[in-house]
Amino acid sequence: MERNRSPEGSATSRLEQALRALPLDRQELAAIFAGGFIGAILRAALSQSLTTPPGQWPWATFIVNMLGAALLGYFVTRLQERLPPSLYRRALLGTGICGALTTFSTVMVELAKMLERSQPLLAGTYAAASLAGGFAMVFLATKLVRRARPTG
Amino acid sequence: MSFVALWLGVGALGGVGAIARFLLDALVSTSTGARFPLGTLVVNLSGALVLGLLVGLAVNRNTYLLAGTAVIGSYTTFSTWMLESHRLAEDGLRWLLWANVALSLLLGVGAAALGRLLGAG
Repeated sequence: MERNRSPEGSATSRLEQALRALPLDRQELAAIFAGGFIGAILRAALSQSLTTPPGQWPWATFIVNMLGAALLGYFVTRLQERLPPSLYRRALLGTGICGALTTFSTVMVELAKMLERSQPLLAGTYAAASLAGGFAMVFLATKLVRRARPTG
Repeated sequence: MSFVALWLGVGALGGVGAIARFLLDALVSTSTGARFPLGTLVVNLSGALVLGLLVGLAVNRNTYLLAGTAVIGSYTTFSTWMLESHRLAEDGLRWLLWANVALSLLLGVGAAALGRLLGAG
């Protein structure tokens, strides 16, 4: 017989279920680690070599984010709709490389600094360009994959 | 710290950041089960707060490179935010799309600013 559960009890059991369902596949985690390794080095290297003085357009962040959004749109669409399912390719290329190559936190810190320096125009332009650009990159990459004839 | 050790550290910590993002996103997504990409939002907002904190604390260059650029930079993600927004738009879920864009942006800037304030103390 099923016991009556309080709402708190069911919330706890949902969290327990979620914890138990955590994807702890070692090979998948290794693929994410390897991708994160590559993505972080690429992004960090660009940010160290293409430094921009405060108050100017953060090109290093902008470039990795546009590139990463295009690549993620391409990889995910191709892996979901074109190629046979492969857990590790998505983990390495998508979650690992593209996830780590791009960064949300740096954009937010850059925006906060621009606003604190009383540069609302720069902040607004940078936010809008990042959003519109990133969205357009995913849109175009997705379209490109779907247009290409399936191979084989 | 030697050049090679520093950059191996950047890579390894970037890998750790990516794994942390993957696990927290999976945990949040499976426990809510909703269409709204709450997992990515939680990851990105918490990362923006911590990166702001590191900027406020004015840690030295190498510490920022390792703890900020490598760990938190990899932990948060711009590409997934854009991909999930695009998929919401494709499915005609306009309100969820705008909520995902606006909440991430406004709360993200707020979290970064709050972190800086707390760090500068």
